[in-house]
Amino acid sequence: MFDDSPRAEFLGGVRAELPLLLGVVPFGLIFGVLGLAAGLPGWAVVLSSSLIFAGSSQVVFAQLWSGATPPPVMAATVGVVNLRHLLYSAAVADYLRDLPWRWKLLLAYLLTDEAFAAAIGRLRDGPPTAHRHWFLCGTGFTLWAGWQLSTLVGVLLGAAIPENWSLDFSIALTFIALLVLSVHKRSDAWAAIAAAAAVLPALALPHKSGLLVAAGVGIAVGLFMRRFDGKTP
Amino acid sequence: MSMTVLLLTMAACGLVTFLIRLSFIAFGRYLPDDPRVEALLRYVPPAILGALIGPEIFMLGGNLNATPDNPRLWAALVALLVARLTRSVLATIAAGMGALWAIQLWFG
Repeated sequence: MFDDSPRAEFLGGVRAELPLLLGVVPFGLIFGVLGLAAGLPGWAVVLSSSLIFAGSSQVVFAQLWSGATPPPVMAATVGVVNLRHLLYSAAVADYLRDLPWRWKLLLAYLLTDEAFAAAIGRLRDGPPTAHRHWFLCGTGFTLWAGWQLSTLVGVLLGAAIPENWSLDFSIALTFIALLVLSVHKRSDAWAAIAAAAAVLPALALPHKSGLLVAAGVGIAVGLFMRRFDGKTP
Repeated sequence: MSMTVLLLTMAACGLVTFLIRLSFIAFGRYLPDDPRVEALLRYVPPAILGALIGPEIFMLGGNLNATPDNPRLWAALVALLVARLTRSVLATIAAGMGALWAIQLWFG
């Protein structure tokens, strides 16, 4: 008999999320260290993990802040980095349609890459019971707790690391790893290459808008190269 | 002053992120359901990451250095290779930092 109590669903979500923490906790530690290396005060690094709560965009935030970027451009850039969450929101929306607003707000806040990845199977393919949103709550909360703790430990460690270790380079390395993970088709790679090529001349544009312009060039090139991808994914 | 700006900017970034995640959950029936939007969103992560990596490697202290004696260029290539082989964030960072330190020790 399927146990669909809130408690059983929540714990099911926790169990589904735990293996993913293997990848998330080291990233949280690194973010704590590199946030300090980028010049953010420790409290801001820790606070960004609950206020923004989106790993790669927090790295972008630290990097843009160290480059004295105007706040509206920072918010726009963080928004573009997190635009993919529109897809997650669309994918879970149907399963959360009849919930009260406080649940919608809470689950939207917890809707990260990893919480979504661990919960969508249960929502889509599992029994359509009344408490299945507790499963998403379980994956989301587990990821949230792991991210807060690992960021905090990273900040405590980072304060003890000397500056001449060039740790700020770990920002670029994080982006390289995330980029490789986001490339599945040839056109994805073309989008990245075009954006990387466009960004150096685009840096001369005012108000640090070069990043957004270069990303736009990359998206356009990716859309154009899509026709050469072939049928197999 | 600067701390207030930092706090407000962070709150704005958090609000933008939250609203993106809330979008379809809250306003699903008013938003367009279009495969072209999905195709466009697909290229956002690789494009923005490509744009972010460029300056991190080629701009050091506000100066452009796109020549072979830039150690970050070679360390980034090592990291790219390791990332493709392992698909691990941790291994990529370890390999890239190791390569940068090795180059700096050797030629520094």
